[in-house]
Amino acid sequence: MKTEARPYVGAALERVEGVEKVTGLARYAYENFPDDLAYAVPVQASVARGTVLAADVDAVVRLPGVIAAIWHGNAPRLAPADNAELAVLQSDRVAYRGQYVAVVVAETLQCAREAARLLRIDYDAEPHDVELRADHPEMYRPDRVNAGYPADTELGDPDAALAAAPVLVDATYRTPAEHNNPMEPHATVAVWSGDGLTLHDSTQGVSALRETIAPLFGMPPENVRVISPHVGGGFGSKGAALPPVVLAALAAKHTGRPVKLAVTRQQMFAVTGYRTPTIQRVRLGADTGGRLTVIVHEAFEQSSRLREFAEQTTTPTRVMYAAPDRRTAHRLVRLDVPTPAWMRAPGEAPGMFALESAMDELAVACGIDPVELRIRNEPAAEPESGLPFSSRNLVGCLREGARRFGWADRDPTPAARTRGRMLVGTGVAASTYPVYRRPSRASARCEPDGRFSVRIAAADIGTGARTILTQVAADALRVTPDRVRVEVGDTALPAASLAGGSAGTASWGTAVVRACEALLEELDLRGGDVPAEGLEATADTAEEVGEQPEYARHAFGAQFAEVGVDLDTGEARVLRLLGVFAAGRIVNPVTARSQFVGGMTMGMSMALLEESVMDREFGDYLNHDLAQYHVPTAMDLPDVQAYWIEEDDPHLNPLGAKGIGEIGIVGTAAAVANAVHHATGVRVRDLPIRLDKLVR
Amino acid sequence: MNGETDITGAGGVPDPVTADLRLSVNGVPRPVTVDTRETLLDTLRESLGLTGAKKGCDHGQCGACTVLVDGRRALSCLTLTVTADDVEIVTVEGLADGDALHPLQAAFVENDAFQCGYCTPGQLCSAVGALAEAAEGWPSAVTPGLSAPPRLDETEIRERMSGNLCRCGAYPGIVAAVGQVAR
Repeated sequence: MKTEARPYVGAALERVEGVEKVTGLARYAYENFPDDLAYAVPVQASVARGTVLAADVDAVVRLPGVIAAIWHGNAPRLAPADNAELAVLQSDRVAYRGQYVAVVVAETLQCAREAARLLRIDYDAEPHDVELRADHPEMYRPDRVNAGYPADTELGDPDAALAAAPVLVDATYRTPAEHNNPMEPHATVAVWSGDGLTLHDSTQGVSALRETIAPLFGMPPENVRVISPHVGGGFGSKGAALPPVVLAALAAKHTGRPVKLAVTRQQMFAVTGYRTPTIQRVRLGADTGGRLTVIVHEAFEQSSRLREFAEQTTTPTRVMYAAPDRRTAHRLVRLDVPTPAWMRAPGEAPGMFALESAMDELAVACGIDPVELRIRNEPAAEPESGLPFSSRNLVGCLREGARRFGWADRDPTPAARTRGRMLVGTGVAASTYPVYRRPSRASARCEPDGRFSVRIAAADIGTGARTILTQVAADALRVTPDRVRVEVGDTALPAASLAGGSAGTASWGTAVVRACEALLEELDLRGGDVPAEGLEATADTAEEVGEQPEYARHAFGAQFAEVGVDLDTGEARVLRLLGVFAAGRIVNPVTARSQFVGGMTMGMSMALLEESVMDREFGDYLNHDLAQYHVPTAMDLPDVQAYWIEEDDPHLNPLGAKGIGEIGIVGTAAAVANAVHHATGVRVRDLPIRLDKLVR
Repeated sequence: MNGETDITGAGGVPDPVTADLRLSVNGVPRPVTVDTRETLLDTLRESLGLTGAKKGCDHGQCGACTVLVDGRRALSCLTLTVTADDVEIVTVEGLADGDALHPLQAAFVENDAFQCGYCTPGQLCSAVGALAEAAEGWPSAVTPGLSAPPRLDETEIRERMSGNLCRCGAYPGIVAAVGQVAR
C-alpha cells in the first residue's frame, strides 16, 4: 500500500458544519419534535442493592398531564440482552444506586418531572459493597480485557529479575473514578410507526446502536433507523447503547406516543458509564545506567454486578519500553456500583499515569534526565509481541518537545525554584495509543451537474470527521471540496464503525477512498459521462481490513508540563503544557490541533481536577453535578500547545493516518504529576493532585 | 427525595398553573402560554422551537443555556419564563444579521473555537455580554484596579468567559476569537 499526499488531505479546511453550529441551527438529538410528542422522565433507584417491592404507579397516573408510569411490573417485555444493563425495567433487582427503576411519561416536561419526583417506590434494601480495594476477596482475573486483549502477559522471569535489579522502583498509584461529562447529556427521541422504530439519538455510532436495540424489541436491524447528525461530545460515553435509549424506546412503545427523554446531568453519573477507579502497582528494575531489566504492572479495577467491563489498564506497558523480563496483569471485582465503560483512552489514560510516573521515579533514582531515560529504553520491536513497529517516533517526539519546551537547561533538583509565591517545576511523560481500523461501508455518488455526495454512517461528535472525510473524498475524486457533500450520522447511509478507539479516520477514510475510487472507475468506463439519474459506487472494507499484514501499529507522543504550586495553599496550577505527537499523516491541521489540545486539556483535568467520589454510606457518586465534579474552565490552562512530527507510514491505510482523538489525554497527568514532584519534592501517586496532598 | 409526598390524600396535586405571556425574542413578539414552573430555557427550546440555547446541566453550572436578557448575560435554565414577559430576549439565533454572521460567530468559525458545538451558543451569547460589560467599564476578578477601564487582554477574556464550560477543550480558540473581536 502506498500513501500519497494530495492537495486537500493536510489542508486547513474550516469545519464544514461550522456555520450551522455558530448560528444554533445544528440539530442535536433532543431537538426533534414529532407530532403528538410526550416527555419521559426516569426514576432512579434510591438503594444500592436490593429489590423493588412496589411502585405506586396508579397514584401517579392520576396526576395532571401524566400519560403513563412504567416499572418492571407493567413494562413491555424485552428479548434477553447480552448486556444486562439493557434489560431496562425487566426485573425487580436493583444492582446499583441510580439504576433506572421506573419512568413517567407526561404531556409536558414539567408534569413528567413532578410525577417522577412523586412516584413512591418501596424497596427491600440489602447491604451493599461499593469500595474498590486491591485485597478484595472477590478479585478475579477476567478472561480478556476491553478491546480483546489478554488479561495477563508474562515474559522471562520477572520475580527473579526484580530480586536481582540494582535499582528498583516499587510504587502503587491510584486513579479515581471519572465521568466523561460531554456537554450534551445523552438524549433520545423515540418514534414507533407500525413495527418500525426511529431513534433520534446522541450516539457515537448509529450502526452499532441499531444492531443492539433491534433484537431487544424482537426486530431485524433494518426496522430501526437511528438519526444522529450532530452529537454534543461523547468521549466514549455515547459509544455503546445505554439504559436511557432503551427506556425511551420502551416508553414510546408502551404509550403509543413519540417520546423524548434526556438524561439529567445528575443521572449521568449513574447510567451513562464512567472510567473505573484503578489501583496500580508498578515495579521497575534497572541497572544503574537506567536500562530496564524488568517491568511489572498490575492493575485492580471494578465493574458492576450487571456487566463485566474490564479496562485494559496495563496494555500500554506491553508496548512502551524494552526489558527482557516482564509481566502485566488485570484483576477485577464486581461491586454494587454503576457499570464502568469507555472514557477517552480507556486503559492508556490511567495506565500511562502509573507507568510514566514510575519512569520519572526511576529517573530520579538513577540520576538520569527523564527524557534521556526514555530514549535509553527504546525498544527495537514491540517488546511483548516482537512485531516490527509500522512506525515509531517516540524519540523524535521527546527530542522535538524538549527543544520546543526549553528542557535542555533543566536542573533536576526538586523544590528548588520559586516564582513569586509559587514553587515551579517541569515534568515530562510519554504518550501512546494503538492504531485500530474497523470494517466500514461507504457510497460515492456523482450527479450530472458535477457535484458529488459521499455517504457513510459515521459520526462527527466534534472530532471534525465530516470535514476530514470531505477532504479525503475531494482528493480521491480529484475535485475541490466545495463539490463534495459528505453525509454522516444516519443508518439510512452505508453501515460504518462507531467513533471510538481513535479509529474513525482510518476506518471511514479507507471506506470513503475505496468508494470514490470505485466511482472514478465507473466514470472511466463510461468515458466520463454521468447519466441523468447520477452514478453511484459503493465499497466495503471488511476484506481489506481483515487482510492487513501484522505490524505493531501505535501512535506516540511526548508531553511536557510546567506547574506552579502556591507556597501558602498548596494549590497546583498547570502554567504550560506542550505536546508533540507522531500520529501518521495529519489530515487537517486545524481540527487535529483541536483534538490534541482537547485531549491534553482533559489530561490536565485528570491530573488536577477530576474525581468522582463514591459515597460509601449510600453507594453512589456523591459529587454528581458540574458544580462538584470539576472540569476545566478557560482560566485553568493558560498555555497549551500541540505539535506533530509528520510520519509517512505505508502500513496503515490509504491515508497514512493513525488517529488522534485519544492520545492527547495519555501521559498528560503523569507529566503534570512529575512536574509537581519537581516543583515541590512531593510525589503524588493518587489523582487528582489536590492541595491537601501537597500541604504537609 | 422520591415519593416522600403523600399524593393520594385529599386535594392531591393541583393542575398546572399557566400564564399567557407575550415574550419578545430576537426582536419578534412571541405570544405563548407557559406552565409557571417552566424555565425560559424549556420555553425557548420546547415551545418556541428555538433550540440554539442548550441544556447542559439545568442547574446554572455550565453556561450552555446562556442568552441575553436586556443585553445582559442570563442563564435561561435558572430563569422562570413568567419573569421574562417584559424584557428583550436574544438567543444565538438572533445574533446574525440575516445571512451575515455576527463578528463573534465568524471569529468562532475562523479560530476553530468549538468541536462538538454544544456549548457554542452559550459561549457566543456570553461573549456578546462580556464585551458589552467590558465596554461599560465593568471590572472582573482579574482587573488590576478600578481607576481605568478594563483592557480585554487574554487573562481578562479567560476570566470573563469562565462561566461557560467546554468539555472539548476549545478554550484557546474561544479566547482567540473573543480577543479578535474585542480589538
